[in-house]
Amino acid sequence: MELVTSVLAIAVFAGASLVYAAVGEIVTERAGVLNLGVEGMMIMGAVTAFAAAVASGNAMVGVVVGGVVGGIMALVHAFATITLRADQVVSGLALTLAGGGLASFLGQRLGPGGAPLVGMVGPRFHGVPIPWLSDLPVVGPALFDQDVLVYLLFLVVPAVWFFVARTRPGLALRAVGESPQTADAMGIGVYRVRYLATVFGGVLAGIAGAHLSLAYTPGWTEHLTGGRGWIAIALVIFATWDPRRAVLGALLFGGVNAIQFRLQAEGTTIPASLLNMMPYLLTIVVLVVITRFEALRHRLGAPAALGLAYDREERT
Amino acid sequence: MSRTGSHGRRGLAVALRGITKSFPGVLANDHVDLEVRWGEIHALLGENGAGKSTLMSILSGLYQPDEGEILVGDDEGGLRPVTITSPRAAIHLGIGMVHQHFKLVPTQTVAENVILGVEDMPFVLDLDAVARDVAEIADRLRMPVDPTAPIWQLSVGEQQRVEILKALYRGAEILVLDEPTAVLTPQEADEVAAILRSLAAEGKAIVFISHKLDEVVEIADRVTVLRKGRNVATMDVADTDKHRLAELMVGREVATTIPKPPAEPGPTVLALEGVVVRNERGLVALDHVDLEVAAGEILGIAGVAGNGQRELTEVATGLRRPDAGRVVVDGKDLTGASPVAFLDRGVAHVPADRLGRGLAGNLPLADNLAMRAYRHPPIAVGPAIRRDRMRAFAETIIERFRVDAPGPDTPARNLSGGNQQKAILGREITAGSWAAARGHRPVLVAAYPTRGLDVGAIEHVRARLLEQRAAGTAVLLVSEELDELLMMSDRIAVLHGGRIMGVVTPEETTIEELGLMMAGEAHR
Ligand SMILES: Nc1ncnc2c1ncn2[C@@H]1O[C@H](COP(=O)(O)OP(=O)(O)OP(=O)(O)O)[C@@H](O)[C@H]1O
Ligand SMILES: [Mg+2]
Repeated sequence: MELVTSVLAIAVFAGASLVYAAVGEIVTERAGVLNLGVEGMMIMGAVTAFAAAVASGNAMVGVVVGGVVGGIMALVHAFATITLRADQVVSGLALTLAGGGLASFLGQRLGPGGAPLVGMVGPRFHGVPIPWLSDLPVVGPALFDQDVLVYLLFLVVPAVWFFVARTRPGLALRAVGESPQTADAMGIGVYRVRYLATVFGGVLAGIAGAHLSLAYTPGWTEHLTGGRGWIAIALVIFATWDPRRAVLGALLFGGVNAIQFRLQAEGTTIPASLLNMMPYLLTIVVLVVITRFEALRHRLGAPAALGLAYDREERT
Repeated sequence: MSRTGSHGRRGLAVALRGITKSFPGVLANDHVDLEVRWGEIHALLGENGAGKSTLMSILSGLYQPDEGEILVGDDEGGLRPVTITSPRAAIHLGIGMVHQHFKLVPTQTVAENVILGVEDMPFVLDLDAVARDVAEIADRLRMPVDPTAPIWQLSVGEQQRVEILKALYRGAEILVLDEPTAVLTPQEADEVAAILRSLAAEGKAIVFISHKLDEVVEIADRVTVLRKGRNVATMDVADTDKHRLAELMVGREVATTIPKPPAEPGPTVLALEGVVVRNERGLVALDHVDLEVAAGEILGIAGVAGNGQRELTEVATGLRRPDAGRVVVDGKDLTGASPVAFLDRGVAHVPADRLGRGLAGNLPLADNLAMRAYRHPPIAVGPAIRRDRMRAFAETIIERFRVDAPGPDTPARNLSGGNQQKAILGREITAGSWAAARGHRPVLVAAYPTRGLDVGAIEHVRARLLEQRAAGTAVLLVSEELDELLMMSDRIAVLHGGRIMGVVTPEETTIEELGLMMAGEAHR
């Protein structure tokens, strides 16, 4: 029992940044924009959030700055792919590469007086146990003894799901991703929706980075994100573009991580890299299952216009 | 024709003046004028590529004109100039358009599609209430649809209803319908005509694009004819007739009947024996079908769409493997063979779905035309392709089949529908003649080859099909138009619920009998 509780607690803690990034990317992709720059936005969010927290002495300021930086990077992607109709894959990859390089550079000199951030200790988020709820068996410590950014997710995930599934602008968002021609003919501003969705995704990716540098592994080290941005993108597919399932996926990834730590601590012979593979294998299985059934494909498949630029006077 | 009175609106609903629009290499509209009155059904006619859809897309804000002005009328006969910078602006002006290619989100429900983009919806949608609302309006207009069904599950006829519903839900007073009946069955087309008439009687202005002249003469009040992007004439329908309209469109006399020499059927080339096919949903789509098509014969397939036609053409061309039964081409059992094997034996295919299966829209026309030929010399040189020869090959098809395109390098999607059809037909017929040169007896499976075509193009396509028949090709012709089947076929097989209800000759049957067989109420 104690094992389950601790694995679950680590899974939630480790999965939080994945949920932020994946939910953001879901919204972006629902509008038909593929942003492979998540890793870059996340790492830039991480470094700027930590720097801002150190400078201001306030971790929350760090979160805001990380979100803004992620949003600005997404804006660049939006401009390149929506307005200039550049290839979304290329632009996203460029964002990831540039973000990684820029983050290392900034890490060298964003400390007080231009000092490197590496090795510095700054403000961070601590677990804030919620009275009574955190005493619940098993789930208590896992869900209710976490930091505020985790608690914020309890609001963000349902809100995003509700927005996408049940509201008027959510309907517009989905239509833009499925058939921009239709949305346009129905008077929806396709570009506006795509810009907003892309920037929203960037803000969440930035916050995801902030959670890493301000809570999960407080401080700044090179390659802090360690490919989590890519995992988040895989999660979007695993979650079949539904924020609720993204949570499940993130817990799975986080859980496997946690189990792997435990097993390593106990000296297992299963190589860690094999364990790490599991969630990816699961993603492939899920995808294969989806594509087998027409009804599922229509309900759970990728937005039909994902990755495609839209031009009103272009024939389709 | 005085149509004021009952609805109490006077004058013009909309006036387009001097509209000019060019695309790379094409002048689609050249100073076009169009005036539509309140309460009238105004037909817009013209050959494929004449610029009808372009003109209407300008009115609905999708395209920006290079030149010209748009004026919108009020109820008292006044007119004011407007600029329509976006579809949203058009919607605000009460202009609604049903596009030639449906603008629907396939994964969303009917109700969601209807309210998409409607501004006075609450932030949090009550989709149940919306569904009730939509169902009520649909019933009032006698266009029943299930508001909770996702679009992809609906037939084209039902999708068409959703499109009209969508425009009316937005309060369209000026309604443009771009070939609304092209893909509908005759019954569904009649329903649409009835709806349009009642809308016009309410005082709405309706622009109606169609290639079916019978339909135009029957339901329109006035008609405007375009040719190569220019105005040719505007007149009252009462003052003209079908033949005159056809002539105005094409600029020459059009033969409505083509001389058909008596058939000289040779040996059987294509035979289906006890073919059973289940569709994607596991339902029986073809139920023990036996058919034989002889060289030099046209076998027509009649039936209401969705009764197994698609599966039949797919089985006959190797695109689908039958669950039981055999497919024999020229004496050789090809059951389960690949489409390429069918092709190499001379089976050519004009598919129903032009851009889905017929053409790769983003590729140049030349690549599309060479798709049946690139594996063989002279285009293929070992593993490489000679692009110059490919272009030359494409040019000959473009010329021979009178495909109207800026050139072989234009992306196929930019061609008008009729010209896409001519291009496919040209490619397939050429492929058949190559197979003939290699000693095979060619087969041509043509699904709805004249759908969406103008009268001139239809004449052209039919002449090519008869030419193939005379050359000894076995032709399987699937069509929804009984007139066409009676005119073209040597024998007609009627499909209903995946079964052959009977095979008749045009001489010894009537439209009535065919109708009964199509409905499954008569056997032969
Ligand atoms: N978006 C576009 N890009 C390039 N060319 C275009 C575009 N839209 C139309 N055209 C060209 O403009 C001309 C007029 O096309 P349009 O679609 O208006 O014809 P149409 O009268 O509606 O024909 P159809 O009866 O086949 O539908 C054609 O030559 C077409 O290829
Ligand atoms: Mg058209």
